[in-house]
Amino acid sequence: MARSDVQLMLGVKAGDDASFELLLEKYRTPLVHFLFRMVRDAATAEDLAQEVFLRVYRARKKYAPSAKFTTWLFRIATNLALNAIRDSRNEKMGVSIDEGANGGDAEQPRMDVADKRPGMVERMMERDRAAVIKRAIQALPEKQRAAVLLHKYHDLDYDEIASILHCSESALKSLLFRAYETLRVELAPLVATKD
Amino acid sequence: MRKEEGRKKGNMNCEKFEARLLAYMDGRATEAERGEVELHLVACAECRARVEEFRRLWGVLDEAPAHEVSPAFDARLRARIAAEPRPTLLGWLLPQPRLALAMSLLLAMGAWISMIPPAQNPNEVARSEEEFRMIKDLQVLEDLDVLANFEALSEVPPAKQTEQRKM
Repeated sequence: MARSDVQLMLGVKAGDDASFELLLEKYRTPLVHFLFRMVRDAATAEDLAQEVFLRVYRARKKYAPSAKFTTWLFRIATNLALNAIRDSRNEKMGVSIDEGANGGDAEQPRMDVADKRPGMVERMMERDRAAVIKRAIQALPEKQRAAVLLHKYHDLDYDEIASILHCSESALKSLLFRAYETLRVELAPLVATKD
Repeated sequence: MRKEEGRKKGNMNCEKFEARLLAYMDGRATEAERGEVELHLVACAECRARVEEFRRLWGVLDEAPAHEVSPAFDARLRARIAAEPRPTLLGWLLPQPRLALAMSLLLAMGAWISMIPPAQNPNEVARSEEEFRMIKDLQVLEDLDVLANFEALSEVPPAKQTEQRKM
């Protein structure tokens, strides 16, 4: 029978490295995905995910199963992501506003119409579509973005997300509704053609 | 602003429906809430269209790109964990640096206090001197009977006898 996250964490607390490996195996990908969608940069997302696991490891001796493991894990990840976004914003304050006009946005998809290889156009359209969705999510205010990611992609309960974002459940539902409404408007052309 | 807000259709108005929409969509609504929403949907075409729109939006969001974790992730993490400071025996015994400092100060204070000679009370000094004299004269007191019946002493002149006893 598979051990629960709390049982695994109690194993880590008792010095069982195999339990830590199992938690790493289970949450490595979800954490990197969440952080990548939060901070927009793959390298930063991996660094932050490593920091999350490192903090879990450092806190092992003091671990007490007072809340769900995922709540604790994603709270650490959310706090790290929000701090990283804040730091990055401060760093960019001195950057020239002309940079964007000169191809500064590396995420902007570019259509190369000269490429006529079979399937290439479809792949580029797919990539273009994915980039549009990514940009719409990343354009959300940070708290709304975190709420949508935790709700839509990580299936956390309302009380867990509310606890992570330090708000009430009703405030969270309102936050989520506003976020989905924004996405519905921003992605209207894609939504209209989705079967 | 939607036109139908505030107008009741079926068992609830569209505003109340909005509050229930997310829980209905993600399957977290209770059986009773689901029933209420579905009853409203039968009566409200606009909200039916909205549910369909949200369903399609969620399908679109499933296409959001994700970053694949690099193969070196675990190795880098293990290296960082290996570089973490290991707990020492002293660290285990004294987990808090402040506790360690407090214990050291306590020990030093104890050692200092034990080196101070105890204070001497004048009454105690007088009593100990008296005890010392009694112990010193103990032999004489024990031989009191012998001295009292010692005939030779009767021949000694009284002044001299007193003087001798003083010695």
